[in-house]
This record gives sequence, structure tokens and C-alpha cells, in this order.
Amino acid sequence: MSVLVYAENTGGQFKKSVYELISYGKAIADLLKTNLSVVSIGNVSDVDLAALGKYGATKVLNCGNEKFKDFNSQAFASIISNAATTENADVVLISNSFAGKGLAPRVAIKLKASFASGAIELPEIGESFIVKTGAYSGKAFAHIELKSDVKVISLNPNSYKVIETGGTAEVVKVESYTGDEHFKCVVKEIVRATDKISLPDAELVVSGGRGLKGPENWGMIEEMANLLGAATACSKPVSDADWRPHSEHVGQTGIAISPNLYLAVGISGAIQHLAGVSSSKCIVVINKDAEAPFFKAADYGIVGDAFEVVPKLIEALKKFKAAHN
Amino acid sequence: MRTLKKNKRGKITMKILVCISHVPDTTTKISFIENNSKFNAAGVQFIINPYDEIALARALELIEGTEGTVTVINVGDISTEPTIRKALAIGATDAIRVNAAPRDGYFVATQIAAIAKEMNFDFILAGRESIDYNGGQVPAMIAELLGIPSVSIAKKLTIEGTTATIDREIEGGKEIVSIPFPFVAGASEGMAEPKIPNMRGIMSARTKPLVVKEAVAVDLLQEIKSYDTPKPRGQVKLISPDNAGELIELLHSEAKVI
Ligand SMILES: Cc1cc2nc3c(=O)[nH]c(=O)nc-3n(C[C@H](O)[C@H](O)[C@H](O)COP(=O)(O)OP(=O)(O)OC[C@H]3O[C@@H](n4cnc5c(N)ncnc54)[C@H](O)[C@@H]3O)c2cc1C
Ligand SMILES: Nc1ncnc2c1ncn2[C@@H]1O[C@H](COP(=O)(O)O)[C@@H](O)[C@H]1O
Repeated sequence: MSVLVYAENTGGQFKKSVYELISYGKAIADLLKTNLSVVSIGNVSDVDLAALGKYGATKVLNCGNEKFKDFNSQAFASIISNAATTENADVVLISNSFAGKGLAPRVAIKLKASFASGAIELPEIGESFIVKTGAYSGKAFAHIELKSDVKVISLNPNSYKVIETGGTAEVVKVESYTGDEHFKCVVKEIVRATDKISLPDAELVVSGGRGLKGPENWGMIEEMANLLGAATACSKPVSDADWRPHSEHVGQTGIAISPNLYLAVGISGAIQHLAGVSSSKCIVVINKDAEAPFFKAADYGIVGDAFEVVPKLIEALKKFKAAHN
Repeated sequence: MRTLKKNKRGKITMKILVCISHVPDTTTKISFIENNSKFNAAGVQFIINPYDEIALARALELIEGTEGTVTVINVGDISTEPTIRKALAIGATDAIRVNAAPRDGYFVATQIAAIAKEMNFDFILAGRESIDYNGGQVPAMIAELLGIPSVSIAKKLTIEGTTATIDREIEGGKEIVSIPFPFVAGASEGMAEPKIPNMRGIMSARTKPLVVKEAVAVDLLQEIKSYDTPKPRGQVKLISPDNAGELIELLHSEAKVI
């Protein structure tokens, strides 16, 4: 019996969501009175791998073959399920990242495991094993009982705190065979804006809607995001009009996020928009219309013109930063 | 590798399967019955899952002007037939309904994989996730059951010969992959604009084939025990626009998010 975590890397680096996932795995391992192993695929340094012990991993299986430099859902799923079998894992944890969304369902099939995707807190473990996930686009939560011996769970980013418990992990090299039939899908090119904070992982998000009138007015949104160290997002009509890239569109048909802070400027708060942001911990709304539905879903609000309010916030932020540095 | 899929007369004959799920309309107020264990469908308007509409639209674009076909498949009881007819009205060639309540992702994927095995589609399109369970499980599960490649969140899809080029969504960007037939892709925003049925489509949908198949047996691995709804947020705290800067202090000292 053990808990196995797949630690996803981006170009050899781990992101915060990996530490969240390992901390989550450690908490589950403690509840089950068992230990926690991690599997890593691709080129991550031994130092970074051993450091995963800080979050509770006792053993790290390193499948560091050049062949696995690029993400490949078939090959990776096969490596992870092999690791689950050799480690005798009964709980396998994968981050609900874009890669994780392609991997976790495959791992579940390979292991004939039950599968809860998008968990948002620790499972309830007693007579039964129950995982809480979002459902109906942020309008509800589902409590899913996983009944099979082996269970696969994917965890939403920003849903669990990183907890350092100390220690280093033993790093074990593994050669995992995956056949050529797994390499039919070939990565041609990766286009990534490296200077930007990735929206799904962001702790703070500043978002703009049609109330901003045009793409030329996004300068103040970006300035505020930069000052905060926040990612930028937008409503659907804004990306439909090509004012902002589609990757920034949040909501029902865009991506769903749960940052600590979601600051919405000139967004009405339509139900489809709320579907993507309502699980944010703190919501701030700036809208000139006091009747905008978003105020009903907000913690803080300013009824006012964005073109007057945002510059004031930028000033205040600059002062705040100067005072807190 | 085959190049173009053409028939004897030189016409392209791509065969595409599109998975559609039947979900509550996006603006529906959600409630539950039987001790919060079941979704209350009474009075709820159901629609084609928005991402599946995108998948369907892209499939129809790809066969336009060719002799290709688009088959839609739904796993659901008879109540989903209006949704399936709508997909036929939008332009699908024919439809399959697997007659069973969609218990969970594994159940649905097993049904669709069983049909796909029988019928030899060039590729399968689904939505990136259904807006009811938001599982995002079915496309990759179908692919794993069939032993074929997949892209779970596909923003763009083009076909040349028997190879697709797909933009896969990644954090902060995209990855462009090349993927041979057969494969599964989960359609996301940006792949196509949903199509609206026209009068001719609506008329012809009534007579297009809709085949009902019985479900294959699947082990029950999991079960939704109950639902609950988020706690409503407290009253919004309004800050005067004249003292907008006060917000920053509150976010620091009260909300503790900065
Ligand atoms: C199937 C479906 C799926 C959808 N999916 C999504 C989705 O994923 N995400 C999404 O966002 N939408 C989605 N929508 C669209 C959604 O219904 C709304 O139309 C959209 O969210 C509105 O965007 P908005 O708030 O930016 O624009 P508007 O509704 O035009 O609102 C603009 C707001 O800005 C305010 N404003 C104007 N000027 C100023 C100013 N100077 N200062 C301050 N405030 C100002 C106005 O009072 C207004 O509240 C979907 C719709 C459908 C039917
Ligand atoms: N009952 C169903 N019948 C047919 N296709 C489905 C069904 N449920 C889900 N799908 C497909 O799988 C995609 C992802 O759904 P899900 O895994 O439920 O989030 C959907 O967008 C559909 O394309």
C-alpha cells in the first residue's frame, strides 16, 4: 500500500502546483498510515528531485530519459501506471493541469481505477473514500465515493496549501519501457509566453471586460497586474473581439480558475463568466453600474468608472509596495 | 502511411464520430432532490454541451463539399433524443444513442469505445469537458480504451491527408502537435464557431437515421453520494470610488490576499 504522486515538470522545472500536490499526497498518506512516493518523467535535476522530500516524499522514481522530453499522454500514462504497480499504490495523484487532464483518465483506465477529477479538498476517508469536486460549472460540489481498490484523483491548482515537513527523498532511477506505438503524437512546436504568469496557476488575477471599451485600454490592467504580480484574464466577448488572446478567457467556455484574488474590471458578472471564477477566495468588482450582477458575487466592490478608479488603485499599490518592501 | 482518403471517384470520404452530451442550459438554476443525491431535472432546459457544439461545427467544416460523414453519438436515455435531433438539424449525417443513463466517465467512454471499435471512424471529436460534471474524462478514456493517441484540450484542428495538426492548450501558451488517424480530440473554445440549424436542417433532421444501441456491461467503480452548493458570499463591502486606494489596504489587512 502507498500513495503515488506524479510530479509534472515544465522544461525541467517544478511549479508550485507540484508542491501543493505532494503536500496533499502526504496528508492522504498520513490518513492511510502509509508512505508517499513520487514519479517524475523527463529531465529534472537530482537536487530538485531529492528536494521533494521537503514536502513529505520518501522516494522519487526518476524516469529521466531524453525520449520523454516532450509531453506524451500515452507514454506518460504508461510510465505512471507502471510506477503505481511497482509501488503497490492504491491512491495515485495527478495535478489537474492541462497535461494532467490528458493523463489522469488514461491512468485510471490502465489501473482499472475509480477516478475523481478536479478535487478541491482532502478526501473524507473512513468507512468509505469520498472526494469533493466541483460540478455544474461552479454552481455545485459533488461528493464522489471511490469504490475500487485503486483510486486516481486529480487535484485543482490552488486548492491545497504547500506544507513543508522537512527531509530529503531517496531518488531512484527507473527505466520504464514504453513501446513505439506510444509515440504517434509528435510535438512540432511549443509557443509559450515565458514572461507572463500562467493563468491557471496564478494566485492573483486581474481581469477586464467589455467595460474597458477597447484593447488600447489594457495598459492600466497590465500595469496593475504587474504591480501585484498577478496574471491577466478577460471575459469572453473581449477575447472573441480579439482584444485579448483566447488563453485569457475565463468562464464556462474558457478556463476555470480559483485564485486567492480575482479582481474584475468592467465585467458584468454573467452566470457563464461566474462559472469560471466563483471559486476564487476573494472577489473584487469594479463596475460603474451599481446594479451589475457581479456585485452579488463579490467580497469587495467599487461602484465607479474604471478609467478613474484603476489609476487610483495603481497609485495606492505603488505606495503600498514602497511601504512594504 | 495513406495519403488522402478518397473513394473511387476521387472524392474525400472522411468518417468522423462526434460525442455529444446532453446538459442543463448554462443559465439554469441548479437544485437537487432525494436528499441532495440527484440533480433535479424538473423544468430544466437541456442543450448540447457547448464544447460539443464546437466539435460538431468543426467536423462539419471538415467534411463540407466532400462525401465524408459525421456521426453523432450520445449515451443517454430517451429524454436526450431532442438534443440528438438538434445535432442532426445542425448538419450531422446520422446518430447513435446508447440507451443508458450516463453513470460516470468510465461508463460513457466504455460505451463509445465499444461502438467505435465496431465502426472504424477516422477520428473522434468530443468536447473538452461537459458542463455538468466538468469531468473532462471521456475523450482521453476513449482513446486509452482504443489504444490510440489523443489531445484532451484542442484549440485548433486541421487535417492534411490522414494526419491532423492540433493546437494543444498548455499553461501560458500552446503546443502544436501532429497526430495520425485514428485519434480522439476534445474540442475547446477557438476550434470553430458553433453552427445554428437552419429551416432545411430542422426539416431533414426528422428523417435522418437515429440508431438506438443497448449498453455493454460496465463495473461500477464510483458513485456520486451527494451534492451541495457553495456558501453564498457575505454582503459585498463597498468602497467609495473617491477612496479607491483603501481597497489595497483592505486586501492586505482584512482579506490577507496581498
Ligand atoms: C453558452 C455561453 C457560454 C458563455 N461563456 C462565457 C465565458 O466562458 N466567459 C464569459 O466571460 N462569458 C461567457 N458568455 C457570455 C456571457 O453571457 C456575457 O455575455 C459576458 O460574460 C459579458 O462580458 P462582459 O461582462 O465583459 O461584457 P458586458 O456584459 O457588456 O458588461 C460590461 C460591463 O462593464 C461595465 N462598464 C461599462 N463601462 C464601464 C466603465 N467605464 N467603468 C466600469 N465599468 C464599466 C458595464 O456596467 C457592464 O456591467 C457565454 C455565453 C453563452 C451563451
Ligand atoms: N453521455 C455522453 N454521451 C456522449 N458523449 C459524452 C457523454 N458524456 C460526455 N461525453 C463527451 O465527452 C466530453 C467530455 O465530457 P466529461 O468527461 O463528462 O467532462 C463531452 O464534451 C462529450 O463530448
